[in-house]
Amino acid sequence: METTSPIERLLRAVALTLVVVFFMFPIFWIFLMSFQTNETILTIPPSIVFSPTLSNYAALITGKLQTAAGTLDIAFMRNLGNSIFLSVASVAVALVLGVPAAYAFARHKFKGSEDIAFTLLSFRFAPPLLVLLPLTQYFQWLGLSNTYFGLIWVYQLICLPLILWIVRGYFEDISADVEYAYRIAGHSWFATFRKIALPLAGPGIAAAGLLAFIFAWNNFVFALVLASADKQPVTVGALAFVTSSGIQYGQIASAIVLSVTPTLALALYAQRYLVEGLSLGAVKG
Amino acid sequence: MTTLQLKNIVKRYKSQTVLDDLSLDVADGERLVLFGPSGAGKTVLLRLVAGVIEPDEGRVLIGGEDMTDVDAEHRGVGMAFQNFALFPHMSAFDNIASPLTATRSSKDAIAAGVHKVAKLLKIDHVLSHHPKALSNGQKQRTALARALVGSPPLLLLDDPLRNVDAKLRFEMRLELPRLLAAEGATVVYVTQDYKEAMALGDRIAVMSQGRIRQIGTPQEIYNAPADIEIARLFGDPTINLLDVVPQKSGDGVFVELSNVRVRLADYDGDASGKSCVLGLRPETIVFVDASAPGAIPVTVEAETPLNEKTVTLAMTARGREILVSRPAGTPGPAAGPAHIAVNGAQAFLFDKASGRLLPRADIASKRNGEAA
Repeated sequence: METTSPIERLLRAVALTLVVVFFMFPIFWIFLMSFQTNETILTIPPSIVFSPTLSNYAALITGKLQTAAGTLDIAFMRNLGNSIFLSVASVAVALVLGVPAAYAFARHKFKGSEDIAFTLLSFRFAPPLLVLLPLTQYFQWLGLSNTYFGLIWVYQLICLPLILWIVRGYFEDISADVEYAYRIAGHSWFATFRKIALPLAGPGIAAAGLLAFIFAWNNFVFALVLASADKQPVTVGALAFVTSSGIQYGQIASAIVLSVTPTLALALYAQRYLVEGLSLGAVKG
Repeated sequence: MTTLQLKNIVKRYKSQTVLDDLSLDVADGERLVLFGPSGAGKTVLLRLVAGVIEPDEGRVLIGGEDMTDVDAEHRGVGMAFQNFALFPHMSAFDNIASPLTATRSSKDAIAAGVHKVAKLLKIDHVLSHHPKALSNGQKQRTALARALVGSPPLLLLDDPLRNVDAKLRFEMRLELPRLLAAEGATVVYVTQDYKEAMALGDRIAVMSQGRIRQIGTPQEIYNAPADIEIARLFGDPTINLLDVVPQKSGDGVFVELSNVRVRLADYDGDASGKSCVLGLRPETIVFVDASAPGAIPVTVEAETPLNEKTVTLAMTARGREILVSRPAGTPGPAAGPAHIAVNGAQAFLFDKASGRLLPRADIASKRNGEAA
């Protein structure tokens, strides 16, 4: 970088601060709200000085929601467990299916390969609502509605195209000569895939997996329609806080804090891979 | 050691024919250089032999065995790539060891093999480094070591010196023949550098546009280039090419350069009266006194050193440019008028229309004369 004047540096700092505040403030505010009672939250004007309470978290963890109309049972912890299981399983299945497929699309141009790859991508274009109704019907016929298996299957609509297309770009970036060299050294194509292509595309696969995880985690509509309460993830489970006796802001806030924590932690941990992984082609060996 | 035979190889990419009915025989233990401009199909040919590309037509025989449909990993060849193609996530040791791990050798045998070849190539001190931490020269040696380590009977080297600096290239050009001879493998070596081709090849196959244009020993190609293009590719500074119409008179065939008659000893009457191109190697032209027989008046325009030679640009009376080279440090003419003499026995005549070298009366005696 060239030498920068103090004013330039100041302006840059101000701009960065604004951006950070803009994106971080809602998270910060929700975090505060999660330690407040509904009464404190609804006080006008709002204040950041309050006596913190753990009652929201306690209610979520025990599953007993105290409302003006009495005690409600909520299954938030179960929802959280469902979210983790569904997202992890979906990404795992998508990786197992998508990575070899991405390799095939990257390395072997066969008749119609582009068409197949594009069709898979087009699953991401179509709004989920478009396929929801027929999907519900099929699932009932097949006996897949309200099963983890069925949900994980549907989640492939979200995860598979993402992994396929990101990882494919990564495989294409690997010089074919490097793979040829390994083949000529006497290794089978499968060994070449395992020992050369997979490790070299590693950051891309990690980034794609993480993105797919976030998308799966955030999914709402598939789980809402295709599963009932005991199989639903947090995104759907949060609806339980809109009760007949009012909206439980405090519990919603703590539920949000709990539900963003896994993805946030994962994203922070994998930040390096994400940046590397999403700037396709910018990293060459 | 083994033999390599290519029979009527055709390779097309979309509508473009990259290799056009190409056949080639490489003898047991021979070092064959594939030489030609980029896009001639040299690299494709090499990959076809290695088995990573399949020919559309034709057969590839290694050691007399048809390998056309055999996968790359079962052909038992060694190959070094122009861009090195090292595995970036493995240390130099693991890179070099990769042909040995494929055969499931014992750990000790692998280590011994790697250290032996690394020592030979003087990279034993960097074996723990990853390719990123290696200099270009070390990368190139690592790639070479990887090709050599399994002692493959057939070694394919795709312009391995292309991406290293001039000093290193010179060093390796000296070192490689010894190394390859010690290895005893049959070698196919691709290069775009005619000096490399002449230094390394037992025979050179000159390729262009997917065909082999001429194949022969370096001397044969230098002393009897099959056409103008090949004559131009071999030699630095480039050969002088002058349009002439040879005349038959009395005891031989003559061309006129600035009204001075030069006898072309090797040619007979067939060439006379035809539109021809006279090829004169810059090193066969000498500066002489005005009184010398056959002295052609020229004007010296410029002089420039070229490695161990000094090259002079001279202009004939008719305005044709001629390059003359002489060993560096030997006395030369000052700028201005001078005289040159041309050795008619060392000149080539090409047919202007086809570009082909015109047949000479006695090539063998001429070659001996030049080699001396």
